[in-house]
Amino acid sequence: MHEAPEIHRPQPPTKPGCDRAKSSHQTQRRRGKIPDVTVVVARDSFDTLFAALARRGYECVGPTVRDGAIVYDRLRSPEDLPRGWTDEQAPGHYRLHRRNDEALFGYVVGPHSWKKFVFPPERRLWQLRRGDQGFERVDEPSAPPRYAFLGVRACELAALGIQDRVFAGGEYAEPHYRDTRAAALVIAVECTESAATCFCDSMNTGPGVDAGFDLALTEVLGDEHVFVARAGSDRGAEILAELPTRAATAAELDAARAGVENAADQQQRRIDPEALPELMAASYESPRWEQIAERCLSCANCTLACPTCFCSDVEDVSDLTGEHAERWRRWDSCFNPGFSYLYGGEVRKTTASRYRQWLTHKLGSWVAQFGSSGCVGCGRCITWCPVGIDLIEEVAQLRGAQS
Amino acid sequence: MASATSNVGNDASGEPLLPEPWTVLRAARETPDVVTLEIAPSAGSEPRRPRPGQFLMLYVFGIGEVPISVAGLGDRDAVVHTIRDVGAVTHALCQLGPGDTLGVRGPFGTAWPLEHERGRDIVIGAGGIGMAPLRPVVTAIMADRASFDDVVVMYGAREPRELLYTDEFASWRAADIQVEVTVDHADHAWDGHIGVVTTLIRYADFQPNEAAAFLCGPEIMMRFTAQELVQRGVDPRRVHLSMERNMKCAVGFCGHCQLGPEFVCLDGPVFPWPRMERLMAVHEL
Ligand SMILES: Cc1cc2nc3c(=O)[nH]c(=O)nc-3n(C[C@H](O)[C@H](O)[C@H](O)COP(=O)(O)OP(=O)(O)OC[C@H]3O[C@@H](n4cnc5c(N)ncnc54)[C@H](O)[C@@H]3O)c2cc1C
Ligand code: SF4
Ligand code: SF4
Repeated sequence: MHEAPEIHRPQPPTKPGCDRAKSSHQTQRRRGKIPDVTVVVARDSFDTLFAALARRGYECVGPTVRDGAIVYDRLRSPEDLPRGWTDEQAPGHYRLHRRNDEALFGYVVGPHSWKKFVFPPERRLWQLRRGDQGFERVDEPSAPPRYAFLGVRACELAALGIQDRVFAGGEYAEPHYRDTRAAALVIAVECTESAATCFCDSMNTGPGVDAGFDLALTEVLGDEHVFVARAGSDRGAEILAELPTRAATAAELDAARAGVENAADQQQRRIDPEALPELMAASYESPRWEQIAERCLSCANCTLACPTCFCSDVEDVSDLTGEHAERWRRWDSCFNPGFSYLYGGEVRKTTASRYRQWLTHKLGSWVAQFGSSGCVGCGRCITWCPVGIDLIEEVAQLRGAQS
Repeated sequence: MASATSNVGNDASGEPLLPEPWTVLRAARETPDVVTLEIAPSAGSEPRRPRPGQFLMLYVFGIGEVPISVAGLGDRDAVVHTIRDVGAVTHALCQLGPGDTLGVRGPFGTAWPLEHERGRDIVIGAGGIGMAPLRPVVTAIMADRASFDDVVVMYGAREPRELLYTDEFASWRAADIQVEVTVDHADHAWDGHIGVVTTLIRYADFQPNEAAAFLCGPEIMMRFTAQELVQRGVDPRRVHLSMERNMKCAVGFCGHCQLGPEFVCLDGPVFPWPRMERLMAVHEL
């Protein structure tokens, strides 16, 4: 999508924005609970996993290193996984480093998210041909792709759940999204390390997973390189049954849980999700938007990288004969010129109003619209902003301006 | 453990993004840049009957698709639209003639809650092309005139030649509807009011505390009219506005039509004033 920005930024301030204590309930729920039946899968069994997926007709997609970033793409074998790599992230900064171990999932999140598979950046919605009744559809709706998503993080599971509500949870369902999503197999991998930009712990979306997956893995790099595994659906249980497994030892379970707790404890950025809708609604006229606009380039990187942003544009085209017509849908952004165009001009002409639209929607009005925040705390918008604008810091500033 | 992982749980089937072929029955030029089309489904389909206030997505083959309000209901499934030529798609729509095909999706959005305002005085405030979505309100009142008390239409346009439906004013007045018309710029033949729509309120006969209002036009016009009506004693919850925003899908997927927390396509376009008052006061929201 875009390359790692070159700008190097100083480390973020500690715990900006939020000092509200987490409830112990949330801590427990998201910090890796020990399931009833848990087994371990050896690292060496990943070939068997790939074979089991292929046999079921799944196209395995997941993390792989390309152009200095860990992106999501087709995986032909476990060899394509980012073995021994980790990512260093900060506002406006992303860099890969070699780890001193062989971890397959020793990174956090990169510029891509799973939305590119269920809500592709560019897609033809339909093709029409002139006919007896005026026109008729000529492209038969095809069977949805059968993806196995390998390496879905907790925050990304939450993001998929949010997009489910956007595209298929209301009065209308977007057929391609609905069918692709329903067909997809989700293999979650819990985070055992966090990036400096992560704040899923305070958003209550991670780093442990407790639902919404077919299979969940937690990587343990002990004497033996294994994955603590549990199934979350019948589909997941069937696949697990085909892999060589053994019961997890107490030490392995402890290590898995400690890893997830470590990821949560590492997070410096915190935010108070419950207080955000009110803060956003009260901040429409804040002078802070103008200050952000002095830095924001209105480049739309944040919206493209965000796993929940869903805005799109359409383009209608026809061939030279005028007999065929198509409609294409592409990712759009509330930062793009023309996004709010009406006869007579744009509603949001200024960068200040566009950033305000983005942040107040994401953290505020999203709750009224879809029943949850639009932010899952993945930190992508912070990392991939070329000038390092940090939404945690902006929330702190808005709150400070209010009190 | 039987459940799938996605929480895609509704039974919404079908293709909400695919237009259906409709045919133009009638096309009439209202003003130099405004055309009224009467359209009907080409065959087979049984479309939902739209209600006044709702809109359809009208598609010109290979050109594009735009939201257009219901300006009237014809016989059977026929729908009437009045379209102002302001760009590529509306221009192509304005070129269509009887027998031509166009694509239709919808109806979408909220309707004018006229049935809830029975027994009241009705104030209709329209500016420019905003008269189009309000015309079926006038028609519905005429068909059920005894159910309403005083009814007044306040209508403004930039110039006299831009006024829509002038040939219908006589029948509106004959149904005991007060029609007050104003223009921003008069020509030599004009002997009516000059000025913005809000200036007509003082000529309108209605009991503010008994009235409901339906407004459509430029935002500034709707805002000032709503404020003035409320100031005179109209219950703010009985003031209804039809809003416009850029719209690509009409079903809540494209994100373009958001206004604060509202999706104009799903939650609107018709909103009660208390939901719009604060949002409309924010610059560039
Ligand atoms: C609910 C609703 C009801 C409506 N009812 C009516 C009605 O009854 N009658 C009526 O006449 N009109 C109505 N409108 C307005 C009508 O939809 C617009 O006038 C119409 O969409 C304009 O499209 P166009 O292609 O003709 O014009 P254009 O201005 O050419 O716009 C074409 C498309 O291209 C995009 N575009 C244009 N310029 C730019 C740019 N500079 N940058 C990026 N994108 C651009 C716009 O987003 C637009 O969608 C209604 C609108 C809404 C939302
Ligand atoms: S707003 Fe930023 S941190 Fe939140 S989900 Fe989107 S990209 Fe991730
Ligand atoms: S906040 Fe950053 S990433 Fe988003 S539009 Fe502005 S400059 Fe681009």
